[in-house]
Amino acid sequence: MEKPLLKVENLIKRFEGLVAVADVSFEVYPEEILTIIGPNGAGKSVLFGLISGLLKPTSGRIFLSGREITGAKPYVIARRGISRTFQTTSLFDQLRVVDNLALGYKMRTKDGLWSTLVHGPSWRKDKERTEAKVLEVLEFIGLGHKAFDFVSTLSQVEQKCLSIGVALAGDPKLILLDEPTGGLIEEDTERITRLIRKINGAGITVCLIEHKMRMVMDLAHRIIVLNYGAKIAEGKPEEISRNPEVIEAYLGKEHRA
Amino acid sequence: MTFFKKNGLKLLLLFIALAVPWVVPSRYVFQILINCCLFAIGTLSLNLILGFTGQASLAHAGFFGIGAYGVALLTKAGVSFWIALPVSALLAAAIGVGVGLPTLRTRGSYFAISTLCMGVIIEIVAGNWVSLTGGQTGVVGIPTPSPIVLPGIGEIAFATQTAQYYLVLAFLLFTLAFMHRLVYSLKGLGYMAVRNNEVLADAVGQNTFAVKLQAFVIANFFVGLAGGIYASLLGSISPSVASINITFNFLVYLLLGGVATLAGPVIGAFAIPVLMEYLQALQQYSMIIFGVLLILVIIYFPRGFMGGLTSLWNRIKGPSPGKG
Repeated sequence: MEKPLLKVENLIKRFEGLVAVADVSFEVYPEEILTIIGPNGAGKSVLFGLISGLLKPTSGRIFLSGREITGAKPYVIARRGISRTFQTTSLFDQLRVVDNLALGYKMRTKDGLWSTLVHGPSWRKDKERTEAKVLEVLEFIGLGHKAFDFVSTLSQVEQKCLSIGVALAGDPKLILLDEPTGGLIEEDTERITRLIRKINGAGITVCLIEHKMRMVMDLAHRIIVLNYGAKIAEGKPEEISRNPEVIEAYLGKEHRA
Repeated sequence: MTFFKKNGLKLLLLFIALAVPWVVPSRYVFQILINCCLFAIGTLSLNLILGFTGQASLAHAGFFGIGAYGVALLTKAGVSFWIALPVSALLAAAIGVGVGLPTLRTRGSYFAISTLCMGVIIEIVAGNWVSLTGGQTGVVGIPTPSPIVLPGIGEIAFATQTAQYYLVLAFLLFTLAFMHRLVYSLKGLGYMAVRNNEVLADAVGQNTFAVKLQAFVIANFFVGLAGGIYASLLGSISPSVASINITFNFLVYLLLGGVATLAGPVIGAFAIPVLMEYLQALQQYSMIIFGVLLILVIIYFPRGFMGGLTSLWNRIKGPSPGKG
């Protein structure tokens, strides 16, 4: 069996009496699209918070390519190769599109103080590499024509694309997307869906939280279902759509067919 | 030709700055301009931590005081000004690490309050550590900067106002060049990222605590530098160099001049003290005037004079993507 890129072991997160994530274990394999679904409040975003280091687990362990990252700071985990987006679009909204992307790549540069002040060779190299990366990502997410615009002037879907672009600019091995199509109309959802497929096509592993079932069934290689913090099902899309427990969690007992 | 087109305004300003000793009307006004250069260095450094990094440090005068006392005590003990100055600025930076480590763990107004306390503590220490600082009477008889000896050419002395003016101008230009390189770089973007969205900055691999600490320490180095020169040129200092009034002066220069710009702090640090001199009659109402002015600026021009100028310029030019 292939070695997992991300391995989550018996993860538990308690918030004073509330169990947000209850003993969840799963693996993410290289180059797959794994989608996490579940009703509101099922603990999906908390799970992302735990993986990306924003929250510390009560217990359990997380490994990236076999190395433990449990409880590490978000910036350390980002440098190790996990990039993420947030459910409510999070950008540097006082800055321009290019600045946002450059900041996504910044952690991959040397960025020394002395070199910055004297415009030394490593500063020049950083600058060239950053510019090349920004251009590449701009093209990839289709925002080339808005490169020098301020974030606040972008449409909602453009902001969503940019937030994914910021994550991509950091050359991640794994990208965590928390509801990238939340609040978008059908047409824009398709744009994001195409972008996610393109990211995966470029060899980046994708872990996705999503509510729109058509999109999930369309994109996911595998699906994990959470309910009340616990994993209630895992499998291929067609298996999940037939799983009675999943149907119950989503629609309630009386709809059980 | 394009060089002049691009840098024409800067060259003109530099020319005016260099010509000041020939056009200045009196020794008194000259002294104000010399002080303005030092205030400008202090305001530029406050701008780095407050304007660009978004952390409102109110301990700024404390570090101005540390630089001032450092130079005062070292030069009186016989150390050359040219060694005492960098040592004192480095001392301010080092104490900045000590102050930053606990205070930078707090955010927003809590950081402002905790640094305010630190600033007050520094002033109290300066006023009460009598054996070292001379207590409330302070330090008197601080020597002016020692002459620079150029072998075979002669020496540059700093006894005259003109020489002192060029000295502070050189330090101001150095500070401006340093800040320019720093903030218009990937590193500068990193400071602004922390100001704008700390959670995202963390998520894209920035150690935000280290970024803030770096900005804080650099800011304290430069304000310490300004304080050191100030002590040497003034000849005597008292604990009031570290007082909260000085911090608020820097703050007013910065907010009125324009935060997160490089020209703003310099404009603020020159325009306001000079304006105050010409409004001598209103001196006793100055706090009222500044209070009202500050409120108006914060409401209508949140980015100060320079920010107002930029938006006016953009309105004239029409909506086009500008450089941030």
